[in-house]
Amino acid sequence: MTVVRNGRVVDPSQGLDGERDILVRDGKVAAIDRPGSFASLRDEETIDATGMLVTPGFIDLHVHLREPGFEWKETVATGSDAAALGGFTTICCMANTNPVNDCAEITRCIIDHARAHGRAHVLPIGSISKKLEGKEMSPLSELARAGCVAFSDDGEPVKDAGLMRRALEWASMLGLTLSCHEEDKSLSCGGCMNESALSTKLGLKGMPKVAEEVMIARDIELARTTGARVHICHVSSGRGVELIRRAKNDGIQISAEVTPHHLMLTEDAVTEYDTNAKMSPPLREAFEVEALRRGLADGTIDAVASDHAPHELDSKRVEFSRATFGIIGLQTSLPILLELERTGVLSLSRAIESITSGPAKVFGLQAGSLRIGQCADLVVLDMGKQWQFSREHCCSKSFNTPFADRLLQGKASSVLLAGKTIVREERFVNGEA
Amino acid sequence: MGNAVRHLLSIEGLTKQHLLRLVNNGREFVEVLQRDLKKVPTLRGKTVINLFLEPSTRTRTSFEIAAKRLSADAVNVSEGGSSIVKGETLLDTALTLQAMAPDILVVRHKESGAAHFLARHLRTTAVVNAGDGMHEHPTQALLDLLTLQQHFAAHNRSLEGLRIAIVGDIRHSRVARSNMWAHALLGNEVRLVGPRTLLPEYFASLPGLRGNISLFHSLQEGIRDVDVVMCLRLQLERQSEFFIPSLEEYSREFGVTRTLLDACAPKAVVLHPGPANRGIEVSSEVLDSPRALMQQQVTFGVAIRMAVLLDAALGGEVEESHQIAGGHAA
Repeated sequence: MTVVRNGRVVDPSQGLDGERDILVRDGKVAAIDRPGSFASLRDEETIDATGMLVTPGFIDLHVHLREPGFEWKETVATGSDAAALGGFTTICCMANTNPVNDCAEITRCIIDHARAHGRAHVLPIGSISKKLEGKEMSPLSELARAGCVAFSDDGEPVKDAGLMRRALEWASMLGLTLSCHEEDKSLSCGGCMNESALSTKLGLKGMPKVAEEVMIARDIELARTTGARVHICHVSSGRGVELIRRAKNDGIQISAEVTPHHLMLTEDAVTEYDTNAKMSPPLREAFEVEALRRGLADGTIDAVASDHAPHELDSKRVEFSRATFGIIGLQTSLPILLELERTGVLSLSRAIESITSGPAKVFGLQAGSLRIGQCADLVVLDMGKQWQFSREHCCSKSFNTPFADRLLQGKASSVLLAGKTIVREERFVNGEA
Repeated sequence: MGNAVRHLLSIEGLTKQHLLRLVNNGREFVEVLQRDLKKVPTLRGKTVINLFLEPSTRTRTSFEIAAKRLSADAVNVSEGGSSIVKGETLLDTALTLQAMAPDILVVRHKESGAAHFLARHLRTTAVVNAGDGMHEHPTQALLDLLTLQQHFAAHNRSLEGLRIAIVGDIRHSRVARSNMWAHALLGNEVRLVGPRTLLPEYFASLPGLRGNISLFHSLQEGIRDVDVVMCLRLQLERQSEFFIPSLEEYSREFGVTRTLLDACAPKAVVLHPGPANRGIEVSSEVLDSPRALMQQQVTFGVAIRMAVLLDAALGGEVEESHQIAGGHAA
């Protein structure tokens, strides 16, 4: 039994924002009431949240845990640790492992490792096509039964519209979503940054926005015709947001996510050929950042997802065009969102919603809420905590981030995972780091 | 020496003063190259390594001769002869070379930003960019300026106030980029001429270049009244990427021919960085005429590279090279 006392509880899933005590019993939220309401209890564990924010544990719809196959970059365990210290209690991991998560054995292996480690709910995403080859459909029902919560060929977008259509039809029988990395590689072919005046100046091959937008348009039409659920990964342009906005107005079952880095950084980060600013989709211009912020604020974009993509230093310390794509994000998502809140881009409740009930709705997860009876995943946030993200803070095996050296504000102080306190005063309970 | 490591990575970012000093120092070395004994002791005891990881005849040879005429020790490393083929990274190769204490590393690489990348990681060796991908080829722009300066001086004109057309595959050209920045610094009018597929509109909106640059998709219009036509090599390997329908179509629309040159200013000259595809981007009739300054470009290339090596080796210590160029022959 645990009581989280005197915190300001913000839970957008029930429109709650106020001083509350939360009683956690048997791994579930047992009661929420005015401060002091549970004073008569005995033998309970107390977390003093005075001056802090208490929210549902965060959900990240898009992370790469690299296990199996790329354990030198990240593992289920190290990725879970990064999630926990970042305030994330639920993370959905992409299928581009080796072997690919296209069968029940891989799905179960990921889930087993995550449970044994016990620092996050890890929900695997199965591949849409076998081996991500875009040729044959993965056994979606088998994957769903094994525990996959969605399907995605992230990184290797499904080129074949016919396959995409059939996969949508199959997934719709399961009530599951296809999460789509939208990129027509015949348009972005060989590109390594945003196509723009800057890429022209730097002599780097560009990835035009239209490579993303034509695929968003295609998948919107496929969602319309199949009635299935399509989720657009890491949208990066205003035009992409506009396509999604119209589709939603048309009643199509579509959702979208945006990354913290696309909300905070522009392509200017690439200017000195900094490979920690290389990712796909690439960072765009300031006016696109503005459009993404508007899309998130007005609800067109449902969720913020980190696209946590660990890569070892050696793969980044090379010529720009040869460097790997992607950056880590689990430990920096919260402070970036809070920076957007402080600068008036997002309300506090919208910022929290975008990493709790927003993403929960996208994949239909029973998470992201402090309603009574819900699994007690919650996080206590020190909103005033100023810190810098250094190698020592980083739980990931990789430290490929453009946010090192940035003054960050806001950090998870305590984290409860299914009612169990796993982080206290920014440190793991019964453990290092 | 004062250990002032000075890289030359791009024309973009140079001051006009620095640019002109390099060109003027190059001019001083032209005189050295006309002597019987074409060698000065300026960089005796210095070591220059030419790390060329992309095929090159003229640039590599030019840097090697420039180093030797300055009495520096020059060492050439090419991709086939380097540990890169054994899987060594570019950075490890460069760090290995740096450990042998060269003063200057001249780098040619097929990826944009390679010279910046090495400059960021090397502490004691100056990096000179001899061409990085599609990004820049600063010594080419400098030697082009020196060639134009020498040519137009004979007609009592200076480098400033010229109108220049750069024609062809602008998209993939580091030569075009370096020259754009150079002429923009001088306040010259730069016209970029080429098909839309090879001349993206982004060139019209490069910060710092607006006002100096205009784009043309018609060769006839683009070269009207210009003083300089700079032809670029059409990169034949690009054909498979749909940039041009065929060599014939490209040549008909964008090949520079003698009759077309009538539209230019009187006494206009033609530059080409080489190697040329005769009959494709430029006709032999033009290349073999006195208007074409290709051979002068190559000659002045050695002088410019002497000036650049001097600048890199001695950093801010040397402002004018004439005392040095005027020194005793070795």
